[in-house]
Amino acid sequence: MAGYVLGRAGTLAGLNALQTQSYGSESRGGACKSDVIVSKTEILELAPSGLDVFIAMSQPALDKYLPDISDGGSLIYDSDLVTLNTSADDAGNDSTYTFGISATDIAHKSFGHDVVANVIMLGYMSALTGVVSPEALRQAISESVPPKTVELNLKAFDEGFKKGEMREGELK
Amino acid sequence: MQTDRATGYLSTLAGKVQFALGDEAIAYGALFAGCTFFGGYPITPASEVAETMARELPNVDGYYVQFEDEIGSIAAVIGASRAGAKSMTATSGPGFSLMQENIGYAIMTETPCVVVDVQRSGPSTGQATKPAQADVLQARWGTHGDHEMIAFAPNSVQECLDVMIECFNLSERYRHPVVLLADGEIGHLREKLVFPDPADLDLFPRGGFDAADEAGLVEPMRAYGEGNAVHITGSTHKENGMRDVVSQDVHERLITRCCAKIDKNRDNIIRVEERFMDDAETVVVSFGADSRPALGAVVRARNEGVKVGYFRPISIWPFCGERLTQIGKRVRKILVPEMNLGQLAREIERFVSVPVVRVSKIGGVAHSVEEVYQAIIENSRS
Repeated sequence: MAGYVLGRAGTLAGLNALQTQSYGSESRGGACKSDVIVSKTEILELAPSGLDVFIAMSQPALDKYLPDISDGGSLIYDSDLVTLNTSADDAGNDSTYTFGISATDIAHKSFGHDVVANVIMLGYMSALTGVVSPEALRQAISESVPPKTVELNLKAFDEGFKKGEMREGELK
Repeated sequence: MQTDRATGYLSTLAGKVQFALGDEAIAYGALFAGCTFFGGYPITPASEVAETMARELPNVDGYYVQFEDEIGSIAAVIGASRAGAKSMTATSGPGFSLMQENIGYAIMTETPCVVVDVQRSGPSTGQATKPAQADVLQARWGTHGDHEMIAFAPNSVQECLDVMIECFNLSERYRHPVVLLADGEIGHLREKLVFPDPADLDLFPRGGFDAADEAGLVEPMRAYGEGNAVHITGSTHKENGMRDVVSQDVHERLITRCCAKIDKNRDNIIRVEERFMDDAETVVVSFGADSRPALGAVVRARNEGVKVGYFRPISIWPFCGERLTQIGKRVRKILVPEMNLGQLAREIERFVSVPVVRVSKIGGVAHSVEEVYQAIIENSRS
């Protein structure tokens, strides 16, 4: 869902965007992965060859895909779902920027719905990386979630964005 | 054939920008082409075509029917076409195998219809959810007997829509089944999709004739209840439709005409994309999903001064062999990245005398730019 929203926002922002997601048992409740490429130029890769940004929302996902982060890329993780081992080997390479946010807890306590944790992550990522404008992301969210939940999701996004802005300076 | 309500509905979509699956784009292409009947049986990775058609066909006064299997589906598609509807089905390898007999029936009865094969990894159940490009020759020769075939292979979500409209047009123009040979990679990929304005589309009318085509090969299609009695049979038949399964000359006349209507008009059907070809010494030929990383690799090698070109058949059948023969006379090598063990490469070899290098990858994953780039570098050294 978050991958779809990000790709759709890229399209709305006038960029090229490509998104794929895992298919099979994963799409029915198990672990799931979504790849997104957003680019100013024509996209010719069908899957990212190195991740500029990796949003991890489960421990197995973190363990599996951490090595795929590019030099100078960012790891953004939900600290309620993922424990980051502080040894250099486990935290990606030396040049990886790491940002944890207690997204599930915020979703639960502030919004009463754990399910908006992924939208909080999107807001957090948007503020940190600027990969797609928050306006485009807000529009994509509005067009993608069930009408009754638009306000809830936008508030969750804004909360994540606010938390991200506080740490923006750490990213060089 | 479209009702005013259908045209009105499609007009409301004109210009809208979507972030859509290739499968969804295929379905919308069909709707914009005037399709009003879908008969099918769900299968990964083609199910989203059916899902979209089920949702949208009522908006264009069309009919969606899920049948008991793929054989029933294609039979109904042919029947619906005969009843006047532009008709289609969508499936993947296992279902495409089941449909082959009736694809032959559509060829023999000269019934327009579009069959979408969103290719997955086989044979048999194979890797059911993983993409492949290994039905290239099945699309051409899957049904028995002498015949030609029209098949297109899109490589982007937007092209799924655009090419689908072309498939319907060619199907009507030549009264022949047309295969959209998509793949699970493009079918399950989301990208930008812009809907066309129906007013800008040039839809081929049933029974029409294009002055660019050689005359006398495609007869206007008779409809039930209009003038002459209509007899339709998959058996060999005379010009009036009546069976004659014993006369050598009747069969020869029918089949050679059915083949000639595609073969003699091939220049009006074939579509290719060529880039960086002027001074190319090596050419990468690729289609569908794999042509994306192939182009990425060519661009990268070009930036480093390697004289490599890019050639993409958009129409797979009829094959663009004559053009490749011309190209083969001035290049040293042809590389063919594809998600099968050399089906397109094998066809290219029939038309060129230079080495054709297979850059195959199977197992449900498309090539990366890096993989094709390495193949280019290895093969560009003298």
